[in-house]
This record gives sequence, C-alpha cells and structure tokens, in this order.
Amino acid sequence: MKSARVPVPLLVPAVLGLVFLILPLVGLLARTPWATLFDRLGDPGVVTALRLSLLTSTLATVLCLVLGVPLAWLLARVTFPGRRLVRALITVPLVLPPVVGGIALLLALGRRGLVGQWLDATFGITLPFTTAAVVIAESFVALPFLVIAVEGALRGADSRYEEAAATLGSKRWTTFTHVTLPLVAPGIAAGAVLCWARALGEFGATITFAGNYPGVTQTMPLAVYQTMESGDLEGAVVLSLILLVVSVAILAGLRDRWLTAP
Amino acid sequence: MRFAVAAGLTAGMALAGCGGGKAGEPMASGSAVTGTITVFAAASLTESFTTIGRRFEVAHPGTTVTFNFAGSSALATQINEGAPADVFAAASPKNMQAVTDAGTPATFVKNQLVIVVAKGNPKGVAGLAGLTRPDLKVALCAEAVPCGAAARTAIEASGVKVTPVTLEQDVKAALSKVKLGEVDAALVYRTDAKASAADVDAVEFPESAKAINDYPIVVLKTAKNPAGARAFVDYVLSSEAATVLTGAGFQAP
Repeated sequence: MKSARVPVPLLVPAVLGLVFLILPLVGLLARTPWATLFDRLGDPGVVTALRLSLLTSTLATVLCLVLGVPLAWLLARVTFPGRRLVRALITVPLVLPPVVGGIALLLALGRRGLVGQWLDATFGITLPFTTAAVVIAESFVALPFLVIAVEGALRGADSRYEEAAATLGSKRWTTFTHVTLPLVAPGIAAGAVLCWARALGEFGATITFAGNYPGVTQTMPLAVYQTMESGDLEGAVVLSLILLVVSVAILAGLRDRWLTAP
Repeated sequence: MRFAVAAGLTAGMALAGCGGGKAGEPMASGSAVTGTITVFAAASLTESFTTIGRRFEVAHPGTTVTFNFAGSSALATQINEGAPADVFAAASPKNMQAVTDAGTPATFVKNQLVIVVAKGNPKGVAGLAGLTRPDLKVALCAEAVPCGAAARTAIEASGVKVTPVTLEQDVKAALSKVKLGEVDAALVYRTDAKASAADVDAVEFPESAKAINDYPIVVLKTAKNPAGARAFVDYVLSSEAATVLTGAGFQAP
C-alpha cells in the first residue's frame, strides 16, 4: 500500500491546495521589514494589543470550557426532545459571518439590546466597549468549536466504563468527574486549543460588538486592521507576523501532546 | 424618489442598449465616454455620490459608475496596493497625498464636523465641553481617517479633554454607534448628520470651524477608463453636481 504510486488526479490538487495555503504566508514573510522589525516589536502599542489578545482569548477559552463541556455532555449522553435542533443551533455561530454575530450580540447585550437594556437599568452595566465585551464576542464564535470537539470525543469514548461505574453505585455526577472527564481529557484539550486559536483570531464580532480602543478592546487583529487602514502596510505586516508566530508556536507546542493524529 | 431613480436607471440602460445596437454605424467621436467607471470615495460621500453617479449614468448613456465607499485612508491603501480605481475622492488632502498615482487633484467641496446625539438630545449635549462628562459615551473616528484627524484638531482647539470609548474606521461607523444607542455622542460631518436626520440630532459647535476638511478629487494615473474618469470628475465639478452636494450639507470650496 505504502509503495503504491500516488494517483496524479489526487496528487496535483493536493499540491495546489498546499501551495494555496502557504503562498499568502510566504507573501507576508517576503514583505516583512526585517531591518526595523525589532524596533517595531518593542512598540508600546504592539505590546498592549498582544497582551490584551492573549488575556481575552485565554479568558474566552476558560468561559467556553465552563459552559461548553457540560453542553457537549448533555448532547452526547442525554436523550431529550429537540436534541437535533439544539445541535444545529450550536453550529450557527460557526457558519455565521462574525460581523453578523457582532450585530446580533449588540441587539441582545448592547445598551438597547434585549438583555442589555435590563442589565443597564438594573445594575448599571453596559457591556459594549469593555474588555468583557471582547471576551463575550470571542466566546460566541469559539464555543461551537469546543462543543463539537468535546461531543465528538464523548461519542467516541467507550461508554462501558461509565456503565460499570453506574453499576457499582456511582452517582452520575461522580461518574462524570471521575470517569468521563479523564476519559475524554485529550478531546477536551484539543477542543480548547481550537477554541483558543479561534478566539485569538476573532475580528468581526469584536470590532462590531466591543468597538476599537487601544488597551481596552483593540486586540491584535483589530490593531492589524487599523494599522493597515492608516496606510502603514509595514506596521500591519509586523503585527501579522507576531500573531502568526504566536499562534504557530502555541499550536506546535501543544501538537505533540494533544493533537497527534494517527 | 426610489421610483424616479429606478426609472432613470431604466432609461439609461435603454439608451445604452440602443448605443450597442448601432455598433455598425461609423465610429462616434474618439472622446465618447462609455464603460465602467470605478470611483473610490470617502464614506461621507456615500449618499451624494450615489445620486451624482446615477445622474451621470443618465447623462452619459452606456456608462456604469461603481463605487467603493470607505474611510479615505483605507481607500488610499487599497489604491496603492493596486486596487482598480479610476477616480479617487478623499475627505482630506492628506489622504490624497498618500496616493502615489494621483495627478493634480481639484477641491470640490468642504465639510465641517458636528456632534450627533440621539433624537431629541436626551443627555442635553450642548458643545464639545459637554462631551467630557463621565456619564457620556463618545465615539470618534480613528485618527488615520479624515473625520478623526478633524475631530482631534477641533478638540485640541477647544482645550477640553475628550476620552472616547471607541475609535471607528470611518465616519459612518461612528454615526451608526449613535443610531444604535451604544454611544451618546459622536463627532461626524454635518452631511452625515443631515443624511440621518430621521434618527439623530446634530449639535453645532464653534471649534469645528477650525477643522474644516477640503475634499479633493482626482483622475488616477492608473485609471483603466481615463476618458470616463475625466468625464465623471468634470461632472462632480459641474454646477449640477454642486446642487446635489450643497443639498447634502457640503460647503462650496
């Protein structure tokens, strides 16, 4: 099998696909101003945006884990009416253009939104233009990634261990914490990494729902966009490169542990 | 209004169709204006240029004017990166200078900032000094875009310190934050306030006189349709277009 020739009709599109994915990254590297790179790296604006990006995407991942793992368990282990509909609804943010997600978040959680209005009137809390809004926007787009990954892991896990625990008198909660979680831990970790990466790259929902202000809501992708818009192409390339290096480094660091494909 | 525009378009298309039918006839004069003219224009020109474009199409059968409206700085970047544009109309000379292939631009209008607030001005905003109140959320344009640069000049002239909650990428985005009710006030052009008069109120402030923007327009050297581009720019500089522009709240240059 291994020594068999790869059919050309498969090889050509496969190589083209690879080139298509890599070429833009080569373009980015080709335009990188290596001479001034280190001066720009130390720019306080860059540091601020990078710190905010790392903070918000990590918080968003924590929020997604807290909400997403139980949701995935519910979908995988409990039969209830409308389960298929719920599963379909969870994938909506996945296919929704993020900017639409941002508008939807404004209409739900904005100062005049369905829930936002009540939040403002009752607690005096307004979410837009806060760092919390960035975390919410990132979680909204990233949560489906985690739920789908964890649900897949749960469905693939051998349910006989859970059944054995139940036979031995273990309550469902104890079974979940002592049997199910350790069993699907690699799946959860893989989902969390995907979720984090998606949150780190979030742009559309963030700029629409959270606005754009350095240090508060301007994450790296927003900083890249604004730098590009202001005509500073070189600066935008440097920021993009940082984002690329950070995401690749973290994915590579975790790959061996969590994302090993057979 | 909508019907009138549609009728105008239909007439234009019908005429264009006739022109096509006469293909066998002797060539029209060499300067005949036809084809698509791609116009990159500042976001604040959205309403008036859309109207002007439709009238131009009716006046020059066989032409189609397509627009790309965005912040002037974004448009300048796009043009420098090779976006196919025939005409560039910016909201400030600074963004025009950033375009390497611009010829000699002509100033066609001026525009001035106002404070826009929700209909009825529920927070009682009276002037720039009023925007410093801590209970007030303010949106400004990012400094790279002309409305942001003008806002900064005006705010500095007034000596007050305004801390915005967001820096928007073009004037329409800042305006929409007021329309949504997410901010209480924004600095936008008088023309944007006028175009959205149904949703927002405008508060004039004296310092805006120190930050009046000149709007330059130019035929780009890289234009694919230079004859069409020239004709469109001439039309924008005509008295007919001036009526549309002043009607929208622009000032004569």
